[in-house]
Amino acid sequence: MSDSKSLRNYVAPHLRDIPRSGIRDFFEIVSGRKGIISLGIGEPDFMTPWHIREAAIYSLDRGATTYTSNRGLLSLRKAIARYIEEEFQVAYRPDDEILITVGVSEALDLAIRALVSPGDEVMYHEPCYVSYNPVIRFAHAVPVAVTTRPENGFALTREMLEAQVTPRTRVLILNFPTNPTGAILTQAQREDIARFAVAHDLVVITDEIYSELTYDGAERGTIAACPGMRDRTILLHGFSKGWAMTGFRMGYACAPAELSEAMMKIHQYTMLCAPTLSQEAALEALKTRDDTTHMRQAYEKRRNFIWSSLEEMGLACQRPQGAFYAFPKIDRCGLSSKEFALKLLDEEQVACVPGSAFGECGEGFLRCSYATEMDAIKEAMTRLARMVKRLSTP
Amino acid sequence: MDDLLKLLQLNARETPANLARMLNSSETEVASRIAAYEQNGVIRGYQALINKDQLDLDLVHAVIEIKITPEREGGFNRLAERLSKFSEVESLYLMSGTYDLLAFVAERNLKEVALFVSEKLATCEGIVSTATHFMLKTYKEHGVLMEEREQDERLQVTP
Repeated sequence: MSDSKSLRNYVAPHLRDIPRSGIRDFFEIVSGRKGIISLGIGEPDFMTPWHIREAAIYSLDRGATTYTSNRGLLSLRKAIARYIEEEFQVAYRPDDEILITVGVSEALDLAIRALVSPGDEVMYHEPCYVSYNPVIRFAHAVPVAVTTRPENGFALTREMLEAQVTPRTRVLILNFPTNPTGAILTQAQREDIARFAVAHDLVVITDEIYSELTYDGAERGTIAACPGMRDRTILLHGFSKGWAMTGFRMGYACAPAELSEAMMKIHQYTMLCAPTLSQEAALEALKTRDDTTHMRQAYEKRRNFIWSSLEEMGLACQRPQGAFYAFPKIDRCGLSSKEFALKLLDEEQVACVPGSAFGECGEGFLRCSYATEMDAIKEAMTRLARMVKRLSTP
Repeated sequence: MDDLLKLLQLNARETPANLARMLNSSETEVASRIAAYEQNGVIRGYQALINKDQLDLDLVHAVIEIKITPEREGGFNRLAERLSKFSEVESLYLMSGTYDLLAFVAERNLKEVALFVSEKLATCEGIVSTATHFMLKTYKEHGVLMEEREQDERLQVTP
């Protein structure tokens, strides 16, 4: 067992076969370089609002350092139930339908493990957040990626789903607004997908982590509120993006009692409970809507700026309707996503993530995060435009 | 306040082209709206926000609470307008509470502040009393922190 070659054989085969995240590869290339402007960051540049940090400090002050119940603080679950009902018009019981988790990441893992058996198929849309595929494979299930395209706004349609559904399909994962495309769904599109889920008796896991951040006055909604969907949907949400609380690791899952109980079984034995300090902070976060409103307004101006700049330099980009990413098409420059991103880093000291990190169909695109202050975005766009110009003049 | 004014308040030097990009508007539209605000007096001017503590200015800043007797016809206005004319007075506000006017004053030294208060303010007809406080350090002005800017602690690339 001494040399690493043989040790690799001890790693479970289904893990061994999962490649490292493309984001992690790129991170290693970028880290250590000085003077980089990064549009590669998938977390808010805002500091967690002071009243939330202050509430966390106060909770330490008064010694709130013990376990909470497995499901999390009842006061927080009540506040979440109120928030979800007001924002999404779907009601969950705090007692047995809401589970506080360590970020949405844990909630996603719990939901998948609670629902699938080895060999079951789980559908999700690509390009997408990097975790969906591996988390499905950790549970010995089969990931089925459905390609979304810029021509129809990276939205998901029933036809696309019907083309890939099989009798083994058990679960569909949705993430709108989408990381990395910024796509959202219309109410009609959501209802169409809901009818598909009902027709094929699927459970839908909807990751609503970016739902506070939608633009152009887009109406808020979730598939959980569509007819027939509440009892076959697990709604995942958290505080990382909308409230700029990534490091607090605060997520939650709202689900019908039986599904929630199944997730709870795993959570209580593997996590026990989410950190108490973070739960106290989350409770404070839900006391006002002002924080999310201010941040959304700032992101919307940056979205406008970055989208206009990309169009002006001739990079076609679907206008992002949510989250904080623009996903321009860069393949007309004759380079792969990764080559383009590396060239941008080397020649202009700007870090963006190659689209291929978000699934095969992300090849030919570049993810530009606008969770960065406006001055940095302006400079990054000037540099990007310079490089695009160089590439297009032989 | 509309979005254009909010953006100008954050950075008055922003170019009309950039403002147009942020607001989904055109450069000419933005330029003409700014001109209109300048014309009708909503925008009174553009100033740099200077961290005076960083400069060797030899200036003393004081805040003076002033109690006055309101006048039958003019109320507080006549006296307030008169005080505004002193070049030493940087800002002047009518307040509710235990005093009436609050003046922000800058002078070369402590003695000059004292002279201003005793000779010019206190002798004004209608002024009942004053209380002077000296400012020691500026932490935040117009929403901007005067301390060194915080470093971005985030990892450079994350999912």
